Amino acid sequence: MHTDVSATVAALEALVPGSGVEAFASIDQPAILVPADRLLDVGRALRDAPAFRFTALVDIVGVDYLPRDPRYELNYSLVAPDVPARLRVKVRTGGATPRVPSVTGIWASAGFLEREVWDLLGVVFDGNPDLRRLLMPEDWEGHPLRKDYPVQIDLPVSVHEPIQVTEVQFRAAIERDRRVRGDSN
Amino acid sequence: MAPETDIPVLTTTVDKMVQWARRSSIWPVTLGLACCAIEMMSMAASRYDIARFGAEVFRASPRQSDLMIVAGRLTRKMAPAVRRIYDQMPEPKWVISMGACASCGGVFDNYAVVQGCDQVIPVDVFVPGCPPRPEALLYGIISLQRKIDRQRAFGYPVVKS
Repeated sequence: MHTDVSATVAALEALVPGSGVEAFASIDQPAILVPADRLLDVGRALRDAPAFRFTALVDIVGVDYLPRDPRYELNYSLVAPDVPARLRVKVRTGGATPRVPSVTGIWASAGFLEREVWDLLGVVFDGNPDLRRLLMPEDWEGHPLRKDYPVQIDLPVSVHEPIQVTEVQFRAAIERDRRVRGDSN
Repeated sequence: MAPETDIPVLTTTVDKMVQWARRSSIWPVTLGLACCAIEMMSMAASRYDIARFGAEVFRASPRQSDLMIVAGRLTRKMAPAVRRIYDQMPEPKWVISMGACASCGGVFDNYAVVQGCDQVIPVDVFVPGCPPRPEALLYGIISLQRKIDRQRAFGYPVVKS
């Protein structure tokens, strides 16, 4: 697979002026580096422009390069099934609470992928409608895939399940069920 | 043989008879957590044939089970579910911890895996191995049968801590 992305970068620069997109050296597939604050503009252009048609977001992979600053790097794997083509979009972020705009408005599949990255790395996706824990228990503290996370901590085991619905939600569900069944009691 | 000893009668105690019945039909609950479950299934299948010991009826409901075989690493997220399944099993009930991961965490010395399922449920027999071969688990079940033989049928020994 060719990894020359100079044409892609040039086309993106024409579509999104001043986007600051750079080519990224890669051995397996084309890769570009996008500034976090221009991710939404670039993403929309990649999806909608007739030259690209990257309609599918396959995966978001977050990596923690701890000594480096900014320490987190997100890899968005895009696929254009009609062309066909692949593209890897890299976004870097850092700081105490790393923040990246959510791409759920562009690719709906990003919802669960961003939840996973937030769960394990603690990168906050601004605009994700449902940013809850996905893999770890709901009451877990910390983000285990961070390089400075104490992997061999020995916590007391919890055998209680966290409450997943409130009392109000529980009663509302019962009422709704009654109405469906036509139960007058 | 003298005629007076030829009566078709056996004498025993109620304890022994009840415990003989219990140990001869241990029904395990279907609880495969990881790769140990493959060996557990192999033990239940034709080659090793746990039916020889009356324990072949794997039940999908804890309400009908006597034995829980914790087959595989127990994650912290799974611990509440396993505890709930154990609580749902009727007395008397027994637990076999199968393999290194269920017994002590095994190679998974990390935040996600419970370091020994005896932190969650009381264990009767630990079976070592990674994974244990079906023979080892069979031996675990036979050891449990011996243990049940020694237990009392009614009333439980008070454990003083």
